Amino acid sequence: MPSVGRRKLLDSTMTVLTGLCALFAVASLFFILGYIFWGGLRGLSLGFLVNSPKPIGEPNSGIANAIVGSVILIALGSAIGMPVGILGGIYLSEFGSNKFGLLLRFLIDTLTGTPSILVGVFVWTVMVHPMGYFSALSGGVALGIMMMPIVARTTEEMIRLVPQSLREAGLALGAPRWRVTLGVVLRTAASGVATGAMLAIARIAGETAPLLFTALGLNYMSTNVFQPMASLTYQIYYYAQAPYEEWHDMAWAATLVLVTMILALNIAVRLLTRNRHQQA
Amino acid sequence: MGQSLAGGGSASSLTPNQPTLQFGRAPSSLRARPRIGDPLFKWATGFFAVLIAALAVLIMVEMAINSKLPFAKFGFGFLSRSVWDPVKEQFGALPFIYGTAVSSVIALIISVPVSLGVAIFLVEKAPRKLSNPILFIVQLLAAIPSVVYGLWGIFVLAPMLRNHVYPALQSTFGFLPLFQGNQNGLGLLTAGLILSIMVLPIITAVTTDVLRAVPGTQREASLALGSTRWEATLIVLQNAKSGISGAIILGLGRAIGETMAVTMVIGNRSQISASLFDPSYSIASVIANEFTEATSEIYLQSLIELGLILFFVTFIINMLARLLVWSVTRGEGRGGHA
Repeated sequence: MPSVGRRKLLDSTMTVLTGLCALFAVASLFFILGYIFWGGLRGLSLGFLVNSPKPIGEPNSGIANAIVGSVILIALGSAIGMPVGILGGIYLSEFGSNKFGLLLRFLIDTLTGTPSILVGVFVWTVMVHPMGYFSALSGGVALGIMMMPIVARTTEEMIRLVPQSLREAGLALGAPRWRVTLGVVLRTAASGVATGAMLAIARIAGETAPLLFTALGLNYMSTNVFQPMASLTYQIYYYAQAPYEEWHDMAWAATLVLVTMILALNIAVRLLTRNRHQQA
Repeated sequence: MGQSLAGGGSASSLTPNQPTLQFGRAPSSLRARPRIGDPLFKWATGFFAVLIAALAVLIMVEMAINSKLPFAKFGFGFLSRSVWDPVKEQFGALPFIYGTAVSSVIALIISVPVSLGVAIFLVEKAPRKLSNPILFIVQLLAAIPSVVYGLWGIFVLAPMLRNHVYPALQSTFGFLPLFQGNQNGLGLLTAGLILSIMVLPIITAVTTDVLRAVPGTQREASLALGSTRWEATLIVLQNAKSGISGAIILGLGRAIGETMAVTMVIGNRSQISASLFDPSYSIASVIANEFTEATSEIYLQSLIELGLILFFVTFIINMLARLLVWSVTRGEGRGGHA
């Protein structure tokens, strides 16, 4: 065995090394964020937020259509994914402690782990292809499918945190099980379920791959869900790959808008759940 | 509680003959009614749970159905063919499997030591007051959208690598075929580097969970025998081995399925080249790039068959990872505070 001195030296070396790893991880976030702010602020202006794209060279081009499109797509996705996810999560927590529940959980986790591009391919084969056109609706379905397993599992976990005594109290009052679940258990878990839903929204807001073959993109303002629709993420992808300097600036500015939205959601969730974290 | 809820089956299974009490209001009826509420509730919620689970199966079935043509034509040879020629309608998956595998392995080689370092620091060294905020910041890395990593990769990382890092690598290790050839910044190595940042948060988070699930008594026992903190940590790592493997495999699953960032920096050329500087292609990125442009049925279906391969690979990887993580955190971490 090496001498005590060398062992102590190794010990402090590893402390420093692991600390450096943590520093590196934290620094890389700020490094990336720094570039987004630095690159994004140049192209950002009020006109950028309220105008739709103009042809190359024309001033006052903007991404209003992409912002509106993203909001519509996320709303569609949430409208489809959240009710299904929450109800499915209720089932898993209240009735899912058997073999069948395990099987469901396994498949639901499989869906969570499925690459998002494949969800896009799936929606293309069952919706876009039979219908014959790309549409915001199919994009919303793709995002909804991505949300379902996330919302279901967080709902399940949050409901499980509700003390058993609350259920028993409700049942002892003579209420049927479903009323206890909806009126007492779900209500107690509501804030947790809501924060889980917010995280799911933050997650799908950044998705591009499921939209490539469904909502596609669109160069002008449209709110028709039976047409292709622009989104911030698709627009960033599109602009980044184009050869025009002007579009690159727009991609950075759009990124700043998107990342600000997503980080704000994440930080809001963090602040809302801070008390729980401290107890845990 | 809404009005509509008051009317439903208000009889309880526990006290069928007792008057029924309702929350916050006087009982509207004291008579027991047929108890359809509970089974109905179970079936309704069950329907949605099954729906989500069924989607996972449906995605696979739908892709299998839609990749019959190439399967009939190439069979399992599809996996080992390296030609991708839409004009002659010859398709094979090998270049994409190669690109996916190599970029993911590069990502793991870089991010595993760093992630483990971060996790060890958070659990074994830093006080909770410091470790929770750091963990949150690392989690924010996972919140940044893939397409943003791609943008950053194209305009920041790739030029930096092309101008500074790759020339240096070449002049030092240029005798290896891995680091030969010209460097335009977009290629396998760049994709791997971007992926390494993207999988860092997931490996860190799961490893942190796993390490926290190792009982503190193990550390105390080791320290009591006179070991240093680091030696105690080694004991902890030893016992968390399978969970950490799970975390790494989970990261691998993420890297393999990652689409946008990889598509934007991997260079998008279907070739198998020894050089890590050369452009390549991954399964996810060829689907992203060519799916809407596929001109013939067999071209489209070949892309879907690639998707099916991706599905199976991520399926197996995620299953393995979950089993491994579960073997360590079972009964500890998650359920502990319930």
